[in-house]
Amino acid sequence: MAEGKIKKVSIVVSKGSLEGVYPGLIMANGARMEGIEANLFFTFFGLDAVVKNRIGKIRVATVGNPAMYFPPKNGIRIPSILGMLPGMSAFATWYFGKTMDKLDIPPIPEFVEMAHDAGVKFYACKATVDMFKYEAKDFIPQLESVITVGDFYEKAAGGEIIFT
Amino acid sequence: MGSKTYGTFVVETNDEGFMTNFQQWNKDIAAAIAKQEGIAELTAPHWKVIDYMQKESAAKGSAPSIRAMTKSGVVGTKEFYDLFPGGPAKKAAKIAGLKKPVGCV
Repeated sequence: MAEGKIKKVSIVVSKGSLEGVYPGLIMANGARMEGIEANLFFTFFGLDAVVKNRIGKIRVATVGNPAMYFPPKNGIRIPSILGMLPGMSAFATWYFGKTMDKLDIPPIPEFVEMAHDAGVKFYACKATVDMFKYEAKDFIPQLESVITVGDFYEKAAGGEIIFT
Repeated sequence: MGSKTYGTFVVETNDEGFMTNFQQWNKDIAAAIAKQEGIAELTAPHWKVIDYMQKESAAKGSAPSIRAMTKSGVVGTKEFYDLFPGGPAKKAAKIAGLKKPVGCV
């Protein structure tokens, strides 16, 4: 093992698609599994992952993704013009959800709860909250607080920062 | 393949200290590994987790994920992290004499 174990990670989640939200959650939860302190900071569209009536509606983006194949391995490429058809995003989301469940990767709402119980701290970006006009009551109970970018750097001090 | 001394026991392990021969495992060795991992005493809730992990591992060939464990009702996520601080799945598997868990979640 390399010298100097990572002690803390602070991960910025800026995208609100399924593939935008999962990596941050997996990395933060995975950090806790290794005894590493973990903060998640949700900004811009990534904020959906901590908004009560949005957290259950996070989907795979099937448009503008040149790596969209079905099935993912050895499949046919799904061009944006097909990806934009009604139901495509819902189907892709369902498909990935099913595959992930088999690997014990929970759906996002359950994953947020699990990561929170594991000690991951959840924060929302104040600039985004102001811009989207959200209020405290709009957020899931796991959200610690709405913080400024300055607060974020303070919380991230002494650790690694990862932007996703 | 190496060996490692836990307390007064010498057991076969991999280079991370996970036991490689489950036949050698017993509760005293578990307690000795726990001590080395910073857990002073294995209590009833610890043993409940260890028993479940060993049963699942015997049945399925690998230690259960944290999610599988919490869904089974053996232990809650928070409690699991409290019982085995600083990496519960890995620590519990090590104490249980099982392989290091694979999987990212």
